[in-house]
Amino acid sequence: MSDSRDIELIKDPGLPEHVHRSTDIDPKAAKRAERQIAILFALSCIGTLLLIYSYIFISDETFIFIPVLGETNAHQFGLGMGMAIALFCIGAGAIHWAKTLMPDEEVIAQRHEFRSPDEDRAEFVKTVKEGAAGAGLGRRPLIKRTLGAALGLSGLTPLLLLRDLGPLPKDELTKTSWKAGTRLVTDPGDRPIRPEDLEVGAVAQTLPEIPAGEHRKLSDIGKDAVLLIRLRPDEFNLDAERFSWTHEGIIAFSKICSHMGCAVALYEQQTKHLLCPCHQSTFDVTRAAKVIFGPAARPLPQLALTVDDEGYLVAQAPFTEPVGPSFWERDS
Amino acid sequence: MTARERIAGNVAGYVDDRTGAAKWMKKNLTKVFPDHWSFLLGEICLYSFIILLLSGTFLTFWFDPSMREVEYEGSYEPLKGLSMSAAYASTLHISFEVRGGLLMRQIHHWAALIFMVGIVVHLLRVYFTGAFRKPREFNWIIGVGLLTLGIVEGFLGYSLPDDLLSGTGIRIAEAIIQAIPVVGSYLAYFAFGGAFPGEAFIPRIYVVHVLLLPGIFLALITVHLMLVWYQKHTQFPGPGRTEKNVVGYPLMPVYMAKAGGFFFIVFGVTAFLGAVASINPIWLYGPYTPGQISAGSQPDWYMGWLDGLVRMAPPIETHAFGYTISWNILIPGLILPGIMFTLLALYPFIESWMTGDKREHHLLDRPRNAPNRTALGAMALTFTLVCLLNGGNDIIAQQFHLTINQMMWFSRIGVIVLPPIAFIITKRLCLSLQRADRELVLHGRETGRLVRMPNGEFTEIHEPISPEKAWVLTSHEQLAPLELPEHDDAGVRRPKALKNRLRNRFSRAHAVAVPKATETERRELEGHH
Repeated sequence: MSDSRDIELIKDPGLPEHVHRSTDIDPKAAKRAERQIAILFALSCIGTLLLIYSYIFISDETFIFIPVLGETNAHQFGLGMGMAIALFCIGAGAIHWAKTLMPDEEVIAQRHEFRSPDEDRAEFVKTVKEGAAGAGLGRRPLIKRTLGAALGLSGLTPLLLLRDLGPLPKDELTKTSWKAGTRLVTDPGDRPIRPEDLEVGAVAQTLPEIPAGEHRKLSDIGKDAVLLIRLRPDEFNLDAERFSWTHEGIIAFSKICSHMGCAVALYEQQTKHLLCPCHQSTFDVTRAAKVIFGPAARPLPQLALTVDDEGYLVAQAPFTEPVGPSFWERDS
Repeated sequence: MTARERIAGNVAGYVDDRTGAAKWMKKNLTKVFPDHWSFLLGEICLYSFIILLLSGTFLTFWFDPSMREVEYEGSYEPLKGLSMSAAYASTLHISFEVRGGLLMRQIHHWAALIFMVGIVVHLLRVYFTGAFRKPREFNWIIGVGLLTLGIVEGFLGYSLPDDLLSGTGIRIAEAIIQAIPVVGSYLAYFAFGGAFPGEAFIPRIYVVHVLLLPGIFLALITVHLMLVWYQKHTQFPGPGRTEKNVVGYPLMPVYMAKAGGFFFIVFGVTAFLGAVASINPIWLYGPYTPGQISAGSQPDWYMGWLDGLVRMAPPIETHAFGYTISWNILIPGLILPGIMFTLLALYPFIESWMTGDKREHHLLDRPRNAPNRTALGAMALTFTLVCLLNGGNDIIAQQFHLTINQMMWFSRIGVIVLPPIAFIITKRLCLSLQRADRELVLHGRETGRLVRMPNGEFTEIHEPISPEKAWVLTSHEQLAPLELPEHDDAGVRRPKALKNRLRNRFSRAHAVAVPKATETERRELEGHH
């Protein structure tokens, strides 16, 4: 940038002269503004009356037709519109009042510097130093160290007291309710399933069977939910072991996404893909739920299937790996 | 003196005898506030916070923050007989049986969205006009704190009804906690009182949502406002406005009427939205169960960019020595947001380090006059917007007949490529606008009137702009770059040479500008005409 001494900058013309509003000079205009403000406040009163009327006299089963909104609950609509009109008009009235009738001459106020004068600063530093010297922390290291230790240790108290927020996970994250021979039952309905109940291309949401009368906990569903899908056996592209986990083309996967634990609920029959609606991880059913797209890093765990003596689908064995999202102690 | 005046005087005297308030009030009732529409953005946040307190208190009278299982026996037919949590059942009760309950629920939700929009737009205003500069850095940091807490508070709030959609959100939050190395599964078990979802979580987040966070909000907002009050508001450059003064209207009566009125306007608009625009119809989602989900699951918008980041993360996990690190969750869920919020909070200090400017600023910048800052802001905004778009990739794909894959790849590439492009374009735009300002000051405005000269030439008549306008366009400072020496007098590299070189580079980038028009130049040009 060039030398600024011989360059003249454009000057500040200063605050422009005040221009009076029509309400300042014309009493008629002022009167008109006063009336407008009063009308707004009166409208607000009508709004509150509408609210009271709707609260008491309109049943919440009345529906009316409102353009744009369509068929609308009259009770809700009356309450809400009454409140909206009542509040909005108070605000509009107040602002109109401020803009038309209250003084509108701009005022100039000076700013003060935030920085304290140097002597105050020096005084402050001196006071702090004297205070510190008076306490004598620097000269008495024993007090300093033991105080530090005491404060530090006392900080552990809240941490310790919070310990009972929950139990330790132990191996709960790695285990589900599935055991060898556990029957698969429909969810909802809790009916056991035979292979012939599922047509090729069909999907079923299942859970492990529990004794009648027992209550199923949500935390169990969060680990046990399993998706059954039936394909033609020749559509699979599995190794021998994984193929032996299927039964007559029926394959079972954990329904809990291996990414963040959402229910992997969208099955596309054409492509045989499972899609998690949360983050769009996509799993290929024919290749043991291999991840073909999205942020999931692992396939959905597969549950080995077979049938029991009565011909109902059961688990051959528990899941061979933890279901659901990853965690530190997970070892695969 | 009328009787009324005497009573008022007596009351004021009674209070002042005991508090000495008159002196303070005398000074502060006439406090001057500058006028600009963008200064209302922070007010919108304050007012929607008050609306949230009022409507939220109403909701607590009926809401039962419990995960105890109950059978629904209310008036909403499709869910009758279903087993659900008391939290969900009581939210249905508020929506269908309490008169005005649904309205209040919707007002509360809309106010929360307005609160968050208000905070973000207010932040953008403060950022792009440079209002965060010294002495207002503390208030910037408090503001970033309020934004961060607002996101958490909003998330906890819409999680409380324990419906299928919000339960899915909690499940994702649990997975993020669980992914933290070493202590993740312990933290998750502590937070949920055992295995997900357990029965402890809703009552716990209820206390955080209605007591702990609102308390912190109140404290932070109070300090935020006290600082604005004490430091006085910034003002846009204009005739008669300097770094040393504030030009505006006095609090009493103009600002009291305007600000008070504006509260009612915000409340009225929120009530209108609550009346006509259905939001979070939890009865359509059903009660939460971990085995089910609704398609098109979306968080509220202020969480959307985080969800978008998680969605676009590449599927990377590390398995070693029997342990797992989920980068696909940690990077988008914790590390990147952590970096982003830290940079945001530290920006005032970063900028003053880059420019070397340690002076107080009370006059705002026009965004074009700080091209580097404006471009950095556009860059950050572009990053966040791409993430936000990807947070709705399923909905967008469906609406615009795209595939999820196309959306995802657009985002994965766009999130890296688009922000720098936004930076370059914005910086150039700012410089072009500076050039246009310069033109305007030196040559006046185009009148659109064409004149034919005696020699047959056509010219357009330019009229000089007003002195006020010329002042607005040229009153800004143009700082020279720092040019810190990298070598000392003897030609030896100074100890901080690398740091200084970096700082010089930033400083130079920050100082790029079209020289503003001066009176001297204007006079020279006049001489030519």
